[in-house]
Amino acid sequence: MAREGLRYQLFSRRALLLAGAQGLVLTGLGGRLYYLSVVQGDQYKLRAEKNRVALRLIAPERGEVFDRYRRKLATNRPDFRVFLIPEQADEIKATLEKIGQLVKLDDRRLARLERQIRRQRKFVPVTVAQGLDWRTFSRVNVSVPDLPGVVTDAGLSRFYPMGNEIAHLIGYLASPGEAEVSSNPLYQLPGFKVGRQGLERRYESRLRGAAGTRRVEVNAVGREIRELPPRQEAQSGNDLQLTLDIDLQRFAMEQLGEEAAGAVVMNAKTGEVLALASAPTFDPNEFTTGISQENWNALLKDPRKPLINKAVSGQYPPGSTVKPIIALAALEQGIVTEETTHYCNGRHRFGNRTFRCWKRGGHGKQDLKGAISNSCDVYFYKIAEELDIEHMADMLRRFGLGHQYDLGIDGEKDGLVPDRAWKRAAFNQPWQGGETLNVGIGQGALLATPLQLAVMTARLASGRALEPSLVSEDLETDAPDTAFSAMDVNPLHMRIARRGMEMVMEPGGTAFDFRRKKSAPKQAGKTGTAQVRRISEAEHQEGVRDNDELPWAMRDHALFIGYAPTDDPQVAIGLLVQHGGGGSSDAAPLGRAIMDKALELMAQRRTEEGEA
Amino acid sequence: MGTTRMFGPRRVDKSPLQRLLDLNWGMVLINCLIAGIGFAMLYSVAGGSWSPWAETQSIRFAGALLVMLVIAVIDIRYWMAFAYPAWAIGLGLLLAVEFVGATGMGGQRWLDIGFMRLQPSELMKIAVVMALARYFHGRNYDQSRSLRSLFIPLVLMAVPMALVMRQPDLGTSLMIVMGGVAILFLAGLPAWLFAVGGLAVAGAIPVAWRFMRDYQKDRVLTFLNPEADPLGAGYQITQSKIALGSGGMTGKGFLEGTQSQLNFLPEMKTDFIFTVLAEEFGLIGASITLGLYGIVLGYGLLMGLGCRSQFGRLLAGGLSITLFLYVMINVAMVMGLMPVVGVPLPMISYGGSAMLTWMIAYGLILSVAIHRHVTLAPKGSGLA
Repeated sequence: MAREGLRYQLFSRRALLLAGAQGLVLTGLGGRLYYLSVVQGDQYKLRAEKNRVALRLIAPERGEVFDRYRRKLATNRPDFRVFLIPEQADEIKATLEKIGQLVKLDDRRLARLERQIRRQRKFVPVTVAQGLDWRTFSRVNVSVPDLPGVVTDAGLSRFYPMGNEIAHLIGYLASPGEAEVSSNPLYQLPGFKVGRQGLERRYESRLRGAAGTRRVEVNAVGREIRELPPRQEAQSGNDLQLTLDIDLQRFAMEQLGEEAAGAVVMNAKTGEVLALASAPTFDPNEFTTGISQENWNALLKDPRKPLINKAVSGQYPPGSTVKPIIALAALEQGIVTEETTHYCNGRHRFGNRTFRCWKRGGHGKQDLKGAISNSCDVYFYKIAEELDIEHMADMLRRFGLGHQYDLGIDGEKDGLVPDRAWKRAAFNQPWQGGETLNVGIGQGALLATPLQLAVMTARLASGRALEPSLVSEDLETDAPDTAFSAMDVNPLHMRIARRGMEMVMEPGGTAFDFRRKKSAPKQAGKTGTAQVRRISEAEHQEGVRDNDELPWAMRDHALFIGYAPTDDPQVAIGLLVQHGGGGSSDAAPLGRAIMDKALELMAQRRTEEGEA
Repeated sequence: MGTTRMFGPRRVDKSPLQRLLDLNWGMVLINCLIAGIGFAMLYSVAGGSWSPWAETQSIRFAGALLVMLVIAVIDIRYWMAFAYPAWAIGLGLLLAVEFVGATGMGGQRWLDIGFMRLQPSELMKIAVVMALARYFHGRNYDQSRSLRSLFIPLVLMAVPMALVMRQPDLGTSLMIVMGGVAILFLAGLPAWLFAVGGLAVAGAIPVAWRFMRDYQKDRVLTFLNPEADPLGAGYQITQSKIALGSGGMTGKGFLEGTQSQLNFLPEMKTDFIFTVLAEEFGLIGASITLGLYGIVLGYGLLMGLGCRSQFGRLLAGGLSITLFLYVMINVAMVMGLMPVVGVPLPMISYGGSAMLTWMIAYGLILSVAIHRHVTLAPKGSGLA
């Protein structure tokens, strides 16, 4: 039994040893905990806080866009939307299908969403549905707790109350591109959009405003538990006021109708753009909500190109509308005086080529003003023959051709004022004398946009180097007309050119309207008909086919410039109807009507302000 | 003789009621306290709600408590007689799991027996200790110190260990081995053997590495450097350390733990529940809990000192060590001192299997305590 005693003693020793070891281990674990929670406690407290608290951005409300009389052109309206953040969702397909049942998404839309989700990075929110009514939105909200990754939002979306009228100016908003998303945390907010075109893009920084921040407690999957003060509210974007008069804009759009046409109306004293119309048009609101494939294709395939802003992007031969400016160049060079006459028999020989006047029989004896009002080509061939192209180009440039004005809208073009340097650069060829003759009647390589024609007209009418503007910083309706320097052109010469343009609207002129009331404000103008195709000698012999018989795309462009009233010009216009036919018949009536409307609206506004 | 004097008069024929009165109710109370801490933590993990976990767990505890008391009052001679059969039954269940696992899904650890899911590897931890205690009870001092006494115990340990490893459940198989080694140590095998064994294990690590599954390797690698991939494999341990550390001295307060209430912690109701405790009650709360574990397990270990039979001594000591390993592995794991091996904190973690293991084992310890004066025959059933 002594052996049993030994066994017991050994057990006792070792049991005490193990008990001691246990004690040591427990103390060690306690020590480790002490190290983590007390020695390193502050560091871990900070990390726990970083886990728990997330900084969330508050989207700023985008600034609104107004016309010159504070009528809303772009605004924000409440929009109930549903988003999906793919990285937070369990099963994307199943989640989408569940939402699809609630908001009624068809299979095609579901398939498109899935494709979109696969393409994008996983943290980029995808708009599943928008423009929901309150009942549907509530239904989705009830289910949201069971659908991780689904976010609802009663946010604001952009709305253009008069979308069709301003489609070419305002542009539209779109979700930031895949590449941009990581550049700005604001871009990751569900439904956040940025200006993608037009004024919305150009004035993005001004319209956007500044994001606010709020601190929220979030759980491990990023769901908000509650908000922690303080909250920094978002700063709304600044509004944008345009010089546009939306009534005039709408009237101009109506006048252009379904033609492919562009027109720019300017205040002839301040350079403010009162209307900038391009037809046909489209509804930019469709871009906000996501345009359907059919509508998009229709816009792309339309031969009248609705997406192109013809007022600033369309470059056309200005035709006879530049004749007053050519006349100024000739007067300045002393090639003609007011009294110089030339005889027009319908044709002009230059070298071995024959240049024809638009009037087959010729105009007979013409003086300078008559040549402008009758738009006699032969008179201008004769001037051009003596005039150097450089002088001609210089005068055209002084009146604003071949220049971009940067109104903040897309696609503004330079136009083209050809000269020797251009010819050499473009074709590496010397300038030919015959080309000067063509430029002399606004053809050849000369190209201008309706905006440039409006600027040209406004400068001639005012005698000042006006610059067009579309956005007004502080809109003073009657800005002093001394803001722009006087044109570097002899005022007496400009008076002659203006007189010629007045005669255009008088009996015998190309834009005379016999029905016009004597009491109506007197207008000045100039028509133009720009050839689209070359007319062969054979056709001249056989007799040119009537424009109306030609297919649309081969018809002449119809142009018109004008200002009114003649004694104190207040508005100036440049107008083009693509393949419209003739300037007198197809462009001048529209231009006359728009100018009258512009004056009427200005007068009306003055009366109202006087009463107020 | 000497032994009689040492342990006082023999009192073997007490009624079950008397034995119940003999029970160390202090230890029962501390066990209930630990379980109570568990309910509180499960209540917290549920965001301040009895359902679904705290409620279920407390019902389970009530059942397990009854099991413990019944086991405690059953005569230790029955337990000795039952030692080898228990091992055999445990082995049979492990094989059954293996069989079901082979036809069902891989990595099967559970056996569905209708009212609960039984985890045979849990019961096996106890059975191995019982069988080893029974074996060494029959060896006298010299035999116990002989290396020849190593053969059968190694078989008793290695067979279940291999089966559990196949499931695969690295944590449990390690605990079976370590619990067994503790008994070998207590039984009196020479000390140098354990030193050599320790060196051998260290040498075997590279070999073991090659046999480990990828997910097991990942766990070890993550343990060695959790910050390398804080959002992936290291996420659990990183978040756990943040929770432990941010609790500070006194904790964030009951139901106020941000890491737990906002779900940053993984496996909160099971493996990482100690983290929730430390976050909400701080170093103080966690230390008290560890202290309670220390008291009940220290009691079990030292219980053997007052026990007349070697079987009782080894049973109480071996089970205490096994339970201690259980606690130690879990706590070391959540503190980032050990790889994440998926061992729950018994009594506090949600789940019936670990709690039942604990209560059965502790029932046996209490039985040893009640029957500490019972002399058992060196061989045979021990039933007089």
